[in-house]
Amino acid sequence: MIRLDQVAWRAGAFALENISFTVPTGSYGVLMGHTGGGKTSLLEIICGLRRPTAGSVWLGEREVTHLAPGERGLGYVPQDGALFPTLTVREQLGFALRVRRRPAREIAHRVAELAVPLGITALLDRRPAGLSGGERQRVALGRALAARPRVLLLDEPLSALDDDTREPLAELLHRIQRESAVTVLHVTHHLSEATRLADLLFRLQAGRVTETTPTLQP
Amino acid sequence: MSRRAFDPLWLVLGLITGGYLLFWLGLLGSAAVHSSPGDLWRALHSREIRYAIGLSLWTCTLTGLLSLLLAVPVGYLLARGRFPGRALLDAALDIPIVLPPMVVGLCLLIFFQTLVGQLIERVIPFTYTIAGVVLAQFVIGAAFAVRTMRGTFEELSARPEDVALTLGCTRTRAIWLVTLPAARRGMVAAASIAWARSLGEFGPILVFAGATRMKTEVLPTSVWLELSVGNLEAAIAVSMVMVVLAIVVLASVRLMGERL
Repeated sequence: MIRLDQVAWRAGAFALENISFTVPTGSYGVLMGHTGGGKTSLLEIICGLRRPTAGSVWLGEREVTHLAPGERGLGYVPQDGALFPTLTVREQLGFALRVRRRPAREIAHRVAELAVPLGITALLDRRPAGLSGGERQRVALGRALAARPRVLLLDEPLSALDDDTREPLAELLHRIQRESAVTVLHVTHHLSEATRLADLLFRLQAGRVTETTPTLQP
Repeated sequence: MSRRAFDPLWLVLGLITGGYLLFWLGLLGSAAVHSSPGDLWRALHSREIRYAIGLSLWTCTLTGLLSLLLAVPVGYLLARGRFPGRALLDAALDIPIVLPPMVVGLCLLIFFQTLVGQLIERVIPFTYTIAGVVLAQFVIGAAFAVRTMRGTFEELSARPEDVALTLGCTRTRAIWLVTLPAARRGMVAAASIAWARSLGEFGPILVFAGATRMKTEVLPTSVWLELSVGNLEAAIAVSMVMVVLAIVVLASVRLMGERL
């Protein structure tokens, strides 16, 4: 479960106020809003990369408002993937486990296990510079899922992709969420993407979040 | 397929660049032809010059490494830190770049006459010693290295480091595992800029460390000493040694940087 309770955040003239919503455990939540409306800031607050000025953030039954990002048990896929520029795909996928000092055999097993459904087995020894947009997003997704997080946060994961790449990746996100039962919050400004994937749809408008029905009617 | 129309601006820019390059090559060439291979040979066989070459090489290398050790944390703070007085700190760190080098040497000399300076001298003597040569090189070389590292960190996206935090890293570990490997070319550039700047450093070394032969004599000091006794040929020969050293070392470092 992802729960925000009366969260507020301010940066200069921009403000998010009284943000409260819940994504139940195992659900696929989509947050829609205009570009520059604060969607990414909200994800970063849930990640722990930004500190809210008021309110609380809950993941499962645990309040994480004051926890460091790495202690929250979540996976985060930023908009551009933000892959580590000097690491191979294999090292990116094994990164979270390496940081947790897991044995090399366990890391290798998890990397192989992730690479198959993501379709990136052939890319394992490549570095990010040579990857396409879709490949980068798959690697970023695998890197976020490696430590089996309970919560997955996706920031516009399909926006930079062409039509041919977008649909297979949307299908992959849907399948992975169903199979791993991870709770997802996916941020986008595309209505079609939102209705394709969402169990619950939220709208961020004028610094506030409201829940709406996931249909193609705006 | 139509070709793009030629813009005369490129011709003008090419002429300006070519003129500047020719001017520089002319300066180096005139110095080179003024010296003979015999002068160069004699310079290389002089015990004092060989000492100066050795001292220059190892002090510059040490200064390059020390400058990098300072430049990485300071450059990171300036590039990523958001705190009151940041602009002031940024300007203050440029002071060694804009100060006349002689004044830097004078400041060092005066500082080590103060009580704090005297206490430091009891542990490591700096004034008129080889440690003083390194310190005089470091004061200016480090400022250039800090500029370079700041630029490097500013060009790198902070997002991969943020992702590393969400994957379980502390900030220090994220910097170590993600940011520093990505900044490795900038680090090579920062160390080599500090090295090159130190090789040509003269004023602060003369004032603070002196010009004692076989003790604190580095290559620029040799040029000055030879000029001061009217030995123009030897001064030019030592200058040529410096040019060759700088080109060889910097070309090797650049080649190494490209392979990283």
